[in-house]
Amino acid sequence: MVEPDRTPHGSPPSLWPVGFALGIAVLLVGLIIQPFVVAPLGALLAIVFGLLWVRDVTREHRGPVSAEPVVAAPPPAPVPTTAEGFPRSKFLEAATLGLGGVIGGLVTVPAIGFMILPAFLDQEVDEVDVGALDDYAEGQWLITTFLLDPAEGEVTRRTAYIRSNGLIESQPSFTILSSRCVHLGCPVQANGLPDEKNAKTFKNKGGAEVRQIPVQPTGFGCPCHGGQYDNEGNRKAGPPVRALDRYEYAIRDSRLYLRKTYSVSWVKEEGAKARIKKYGAADPGQHVDGIEQILYPIQPEQITG
Amino acid sequence: MPPLPRQKSTRRKQIETMALYPLAWLEERSGLVGAVKYFLFRKVPRDVGWPQTLGSATLTAFLVQAVTGVILAMYYKPHPDTAYESIQKITNEVTLGWLVRGMHRWGASVMIILLFFHMARVFLYGAYKYPRELNWIVGVLLLALTLFEGLTGYLLPWDETGYWATVVAININGTAPILGPFIVNVLQGGAEIGEDTLSRFYSLHMLVAPGGIFALIGLHLYLVIRLGVSSPPWSDEAAGREREPEPPGSGRSGLTQPGPRGAAK
Repeated sequence: MVEPDRTPHGSPPSLWPVGFALGIAVLLVGLIIQPFVVAPLGALLAIVFGLLWVRDVTREHRGPVSAEPVVAAPPPAPVPTTAEGFPRSKFLEAATLGLGGVIGGLVTVPAIGFMILPAFLDQEVDEVDVGALDDYAEGQWLITTFLLDPAEGEVTRRTAYIRSNGLIESQPSFTILSSRCVHLGCPVQANGLPDEKNAKTFKNKGGAEVRQIPVQPTGFGCPCHGGQYDNEGNRKAGPPVRALDRYEYAIRDSRLYLRKTYSVSWVKEEGAKARIKKYGAADPGQHVDGIEQILYPIQPEQITG
Repeated sequence: MPPLPRQKSTRRKQIETMALYPLAWLEERSGLVGAVKYFLFRKVPRDVGWPQTLGSATLTAFLVQAVTGVILAMYYKPHPDTAYESIQKITNEVTLGWLVRGMHRWGASVMIILLFFHMARVFLYGAYKYPRELNWIVGVLLLALTLFEGLTGYLLPWDETGYWATVVAININGTAPILGPFIVNVLQGGAEIGEDTLSRFYSLHMLVAPGGIFALIGLHLYLVIRLGVSSPPWSDEAAGREREPEPPGSGRSGLTQPGPRGAAK
C-alpha cells in the first residue's frame, strides 16, 4: 500500500500577511483621519511586510543564493532535421485550428459588436418643448414632466424642476434641475407640497403630453438614501457626490426647449446670478471634481461624440 | 436456519431479459447506462451527512427555476408597455399562473439561500483545499452568475420596485473606476434606461446567464466526480485511524445518523 503524502502543501503560517493587512488598514484609516502622517506610515508598513511576505513565498522558487556565478551551459547540439522538416499532420492540425479560429472570430466579433456598439452610437435626443414662456412666472417652481423620446413612449418620461429667474440683460433666464439624484439615480422630490389643484396638462409641439405642477420647495430630497439638496441643487446632506444635474435649454418662438443634461459640481449665488461649475454629463455616483475625478477619466460621449 | 436464496426460475429469467432489453440495447450502443451508474453510484466517505446534500439541493432549486422560467417565458412579454400587464395576467388569469410565478419568484430566494449554505458547508469543512481549489473557483463564478440572475430578474415585472432598484444597481456599477461609465451604457443598452434595457435584461436573464450556469454546473460536477467527496474535518478515517467495528446489528441505522465521531479515540 502506498503511504499518502503527509507533507503540508502550503508554506507554514507566517506573520507577514497579518502585518501587511495591518499596514493596509492603517493606510485606509490614515487617508481619512491624517493623510500626511498616518497614511504614509501605513503605506510603509504595507510595503515592508508585503516585501517580506513575497520574499518568504518565493524562497522555494528562487532557490539558495549562490556566491559563484553559474557557469553557462554549452549550447545544445543542433537537432538533426528529419527528411520531412514539417510533418503533414502538424500542418493539418494547425490549419484546422487556425481556420476554426478564423471562422469563430468571423461569427463572434460582429455579434459582440452588435451587442455593445448600439449602446454607444446614436444616443442624441431631440430637444423637448416644455411650453410657452408665459407659463413660467418669475420665481415660481414648476414640477415639469415630459417625454424625452415620444416615439419610445412612457418609459422615457422625465421630470425637471424649472424656475424662471426673470430677465437678465433682457434675456429670459431659467434654473432647470434634473430630478435624477446624483447619488444613484433615484427620483429627487421637491421638499414642499405640490399644488395639484393648479396643475396644468397640455400637448407640446411634438404632440406629447407635458404636465406642470406648481410647488414652493425648500430644497429637494431623495427618497432612496436620504440625499438632500438646496434650491440651487447644491448638496446639503447625504451621499450625493456633486450638485444636481441641470438641463441645457433653448428659447425659440417664445417657447422653452430642454436639451441634454450637464453635470455640476457646485453653484454659487442664486437664480439669474448663479455661477455654475459645469462639466459634461456624468452618470450618477461619479465625481466630477476633487481627487476622485481621476476614477472617471473618459466618458462614452467623448469617444462616440 | 436462514432461508436459502431462492433460485430464479428459467421463466423468470426470460421475463427479466425481455423487460430489460431496451436498457441493454441502449447500453450496448451508447454506454449511457454505465455512465449514469458511474455518476450516481459513487463511493463516498462513510461519515458524510445531510450537509453534503446542500449542493444537490441548490442544483434542484436551479432546475426548478429553469423549468418554471421556460414556462413563464411563454406568457411574458418583455416590452415596457406590456411587461407589467403580462405579469398581472400570469398571476391573476392564466390557470395555475400564480403557482408557477410564485415558484419562480420565491425559488430564486431559495436558490440563493441554499447556495450560501452550500458555500458555508464547503468553507467550514475545509473542502475547498487541495486538490479542490478549482472547484471553489468555479463555485464562486456560479455564485456571481446566480446573483446576476437575481439582479436581471428583479427588473422583469417592470413595477416601481424593480425599476428603481435596477436604476440604483446600474448606477452602482457606474461608479466602478474608469470603466464605470461604459458599463452603464452596456447594461442599459443606451445612454438612458428604456425599452432596450428591459429586453436586454430579459435576454441576459433567460439565455446568457442560465447558459453559463449550466456549463459551469457541468464543470463543477465533473470535478466533484473526478476528485470525490471530501471527509468531514472530524473524520477519524481520514486521519488514518482504524474505525471501531460497529456493534452487530446496528449498522448505519439511517441517513441522518452521523458517523461514530470520536468513538475511536
